[in-house]
Amino acid sequence: MSESNIINPENLVYDKTSVMTDRVLHYCPGCGHGTAHRMLAEAIDDLGIQGDTIGVAPVGCSVLAYYYFDVDMQQAAHGRAPAVATGIKRTMPEKYVFTYQGDGDLAAIGTAETIHACNRGENILIVFINNGIYGMTGGQMAPTTLEGMKSSTSPRGRDIQSMGNPLKITELVAQLPGTYYVTRHSVQKPANARKAKRALKKALEYQKENKGTCLVEIVANCPSGWKMTPAQSNQWMEENMFPFYPLGDIKVPSE
Amino acid sequence: MSEEIIIAGFGGQGVLSMGQIICYSGVMQGKEVSWMPSYGPEMRGGTANCTAIISDEQISSPVLTEFDTAIVLNQPSMDKFEDAIKPGGLLIYEENGMTRKPRRKDINICAIAAYDESVKMNNTKVFNMIVIGGFLKVKPIIELENVIKGLEKVLPERYHHLIPLNEEAIHRGMKIIKEAHQAN
Amino acid sequence: MKELRLMKGNEALAEAAIRAGADAYFGYPITPQSEVIEYLMRENPADRTGMQVLQAESEVAAINMVYGAAGCGKKAMTSSSSPGISLKMEGISYIAGAELPCVVVNVVRAGPGLGTIQPSQSDYFQAVKGGGHGDYKMIVLAPATVQESVDYVRLGFELAFKYRNPVMILSDGIIGQMMEKVELFEQHPRSTEEPEWATVGKKPGKDSVIVTSLQLQSEEQEKVNLKLQAKYREMEKNEVRYETHQCEDAEYLFVAFGSCARITRKAMEMARKKGIKAGLIRPQTLYPFPVKAIHKLAKQVKGIMTVEMNAGQMVEDVRLAARGEAPVEFFGRFGGMIPSPDEIFNAFEQKMIGG
Repeated sequence: MSESNIINPENLVYDKTSVMTDRVLHYCPGCGHGTAHRMLAEAIDDLGIQGDTIGVAPVGCSVLAYYYFDVDMQQAAHGRAPAVATGIKRTMPEKYVFTYQGDGDLAAIGTAETIHACNRGENILIVFINNGIYGMTGGQMAPTTLEGMKSSTSPRGRDIQSMGNPLKITELVAQLPGTYYVTRHSVQKPANARKAKRALKKALEYQKENKGTCLVEIVANCPSGWKMTPAQSNQWMEENMFPFYPLGDIKVPSE
Repeated sequence: MSEEIIIAGFGGQGVLSMGQIICYSGVMQGKEVSWMPSYGPEMRGGTANCTAIISDEQISSPVLTEFDTAIVLNQPSMDKFEDAIKPGGLLIYEENGMTRKPRRKDINICAIAAYDESVKMNNTKVFNMIVIGGFLKVKPIIELENVIKGLEKVLPERYHHLIPLNEEAIHRGMKIIKEAHQAN
Repeated sequence: MKELRLMKGNEALAEAAIRAGADAYFGYPITPQSEVIEYLMRENPADRTGMQVLQAESEVAAINMVYGAAGCGKKAMTSSSSPGISLKMEGISYIAGAELPCVVVNVVRAGPGLGTIQPSQSDYFQAVKGGGHGDYKMIVLAPATVQESVDYVRLGFELAFKYRNPVMILSDGIIGQMMEKVELFEQHPRSTEEPEWATVGKKPGKDSVIVTSLQLQSEEQEKVNLKLQAKYREMEKNEVRYETHQCEDAEYLFVAFGSCARITRKAMEMARKKGIKAGLIRPQTLYPFPVKAIHKLAKQVKGIMTVEMNAGQMVEDVRLAARGEAPVEFFGRFGGMIPSPDEIFNAFEQKMIGG
């Protein structure tokens, strides 16, 4: 049987969602962004809301996310995605609005925007990619960098005494009455990726019901920034990131 | 016709609203007007003032250093603005609480016991309307009916029942204002 | 029937925004412009027109909310005063870079730093030369009256959408705080149009819309810059606005803008009373600047006196416009001080006529 006989529509078991474009991802090999993008895109596809979704790209590795999501998107200044999303949602309340932000964007320079959007209970979805490092600028320390973790600005490892503690911002915003659904996932294995997708879908459904802010954190790897192979980085993530950033729901609707 | 007025006193004496009422009345009479408050820390510190200009022509500067009329309602305001009155201009001062008489001889000076009168009326809130009455007696630049129309504009509808009381206060002010000195 | 009201400049800006059919206002309190958001909150325009008003957590958040709404093709406005405008500058640069329309009001107070809350014109450079990072321009409208505050909100939105560019209304503490007679224009309905550049949801069969100021390739970024520059040349060609007083026979020319132009006009009238043929030109757009008009007058007069409530900013543009045709002198008060007509006249007499 030749290849052309196998690649046939009737043999298709898993299709690329049309909510992602055909553009080649610029992310490093093994990076979690690609899968995270796809899970979000599939959630949008499943709900049939491609034409009603407006996304906000941050500054960071995912600054070019608008090349990959085939939905209308705006690119925001560093840390300001929740404010931009607020401006969109307040004037387009019938649309589904999401931000897609890394840890530096969401938990350092944009902390105020994150907390206040959550506290107002803006009806938006915040997708938070936490890989504990500034990837785009070349591996500097992030607010979520673990204690002892090396980066180009913590070359001897993060020293809590002088550099402060890693910030569990997801647990923090879960305390706010404005958040409705706050959960932490990962995408390094198919089972994890599927769970992440279910969470993203749920969050978008809650948005339709105007329930408040939903935040889905995805703990991810950064092979380049961590200076590891993709496989090593996933293993390191499971062994080091997950104990500090445990997967699972942090805040779920009470009903 | 152009009348440049400074009104100054303690916060709470209705200084800013006096200026606004004069200006709104001016609008009702078809005049050009401008009202400029002092704003900032001094507002919180006790003294407030505003500049009100009523004119037949377009008003160039809303901020002035000398005035046709100064209405001063406390001593610090008298100290600050007595010298800012144009020669031949008018100073109206509230008698209550003044420790020093005005010293200028080249201006017209009128005194009004508006606070005492408002106590007699059992309503110290109409204090500033009594002062307006006194001013309009000396400088009848706006007709009373336009002041009433102005009040209708300035006051929210729920306070319109107080307009007759304010009109009464204006009449009292017209009655009680006294000439203290005529310009040399 | 025309509607006459006595209004504070700041309140007039707010009412004009509602009537211009604005979709949203995002702001943060700062003296001397807090009346804008206070008025809007009191007026509750959501009931009148559906306009959204939100007090943001910061100046930075407010301008980025404007970005978001503007990216959806909505008429969005923010206002602040000098220190707050400095904070907004990053966002304004992004808005200019992404070619989004919006109206930003600066009710200027004196700086630098926290400065004072008293009126000033010391943000002229920041407004007309860009202010934030990168090569960009805002159309800058300088109202001198409460009436112009009203008119420029409507005009500001028109120009912002015509050029897809931020428009700044450069007011100051005097215009913001003073009350004057205003004639309000009638209520405009909010627009239901969905511009093709706006993110309103991807249309089937069409490319998704991307609002961005990012171009990683230098060749592409240069093209973006060239396109912006071409747009600015169009603005310079079409949007210059100014007013002249007694310039026909003028031998001396005053140049002043905003509230300061009103005070300067009084000084000009003082000169006229003394038999000196003085005139006044008041730029209403600070960018684009009335270069040609000033150049033409420079050839006619013996001297030009620029008066500002700052240490001398617009005077640089006046000198560039005069191109040496007449000497250009400057008088200014700053730090929140307001020049009096007398001191302007005295400075004019001393510097221009010769003491």
